[in-house]
Amino acid sequence: MIGIAVTVNGTHHERRVEPRLLLSDFIRHELALYGTHVGCEHGVCGACTVLLDGRPARSCLTLAVQADGHEIETVESLAEWAALHPLQQAFHEHFGLQCGFCTPGILMTASFFLAQNPDPTEEEVRAELAGHLCRCTGYAPIVDSILAAAAVLRRS
Amino acid sequence: MKPAPFAYHRPATLDEALALLGAEEDAKPLAGGQSLVPMLNFRLARPSALVDLDAVDGLAGIRVEDGVLVVGAMTRQRDLETSPHAFPLVRDALGFVGHTATRCRGTVGGSLVHADPTAELPVCAVALGAELVTNRRTIPAEEFFVSVFTTALEPGELLVEVRFPIPSGRTVFEEHAHRHGDFAVVCVAVAGERVVLGGVAPTPVVWDGGELETVGDLFSPAGYKREVAKALVEKALAA
Repeated sequence: MIGIAVTVNGTHHERRVEPRLLLSDFIRHELALYGTHVGCEHGVCGACTVLLDGRPARSCLTLAVQADGHEIETVESLAEWAALHPLQQAFHEHFGLQCGFCTPGILMTASFFLAQNPDPTEEEVRAELAGHLCRCTGYAPIVDSILAAAAVLRRS
Repeated sequence: MKPAPFAYHRPATLDEALALLGAEEDAKPLAGGQSLVPMLNFRLARPSALVDLDAVDGLAGIRVEDGVLVVGAMTRQRDLETSPHAFPLVRDALGFVGHTATRCRGTVGGSLVHADPTAELPVCAVALGAELVTNRRTIPAEEFFVSVFTTALEPGELLVEVRFPIPSGRTVFEEHAHRHGDFAVVCVAVAGERVVLGGVAPTPVVWDGGELETVGDLFSPAGYKREVAKALVEKALAA
């Protein structure tokens, strides 16, 4: 067991973990933050995407011990109490989710993407979404949601 | 879908890392983990120990030296992609390497050493005549890639940096994959007169202008790969 210290959504946590523990399982089972979803566990589906030091990372392709000393943000960091983040609000209004399994990962990728590229084209949004699998929506409403959120975020 | 147990070390110097890797036969270096961790999850790899290179001093960084782009082995792919020092061939190729999330973690050196036959960076390295610098010697890219997932690196040897000559002539990178960000079916890098193909053989192939020999895989038979390769080369040369 190895001692690690991480900051998750602004809160400092210290735990002793097995080296083989994946960051995705650490977030869910040790910290009880169940918003981060685990899909394929080999980096293909994107459901477990979190921000590691402000950049997107597959938490299933990161060991918890690798996150020692680093900052993590999960989907729980987006809403401020009852007020949804503009991305979440846009997904709600534009039917950007059905079962919701892929949504947390997409939201984390999109929050980084829009910070880097506040006025993206539809093509750029689609290229970014290639890293996320959604089996319900056919992606069109997800693209609409991200473009709508981009417009809201540009105004704020 | 969970890794088998292993010991974990995070050395601060290259010497310490080499000592830890030498101490156990089944110890493996861990760079960004974007290829190794999936293999751990599937238990295709069962190392006794991982030596994390993340904290090793001096392995990450990008600089230009006498017309050569020098990239530290632990430089994240995303950092090279967005670096003002990156030139178009490398930037364009990196756009095809996985997705933003994997490029933010995955390293330039990790991708080269993993030596996946469909990977983009080895193809660029061969096209540019890059040199791979280890703790012991300098290896030309054409000699570095030996076979599928196999390089010229010997036990006790770690990649330290890659030296990409900055191309003066025309460069093009083209790829066909089943979905954007997937492993390439075929990719091609053109640097001046040199045309190099990935995905068609165990290692990057320098095209001699003749008939293309291709090796198929589960999803893409050899004949299909040959047709895709022909079309991509034509497109790249016409670009």
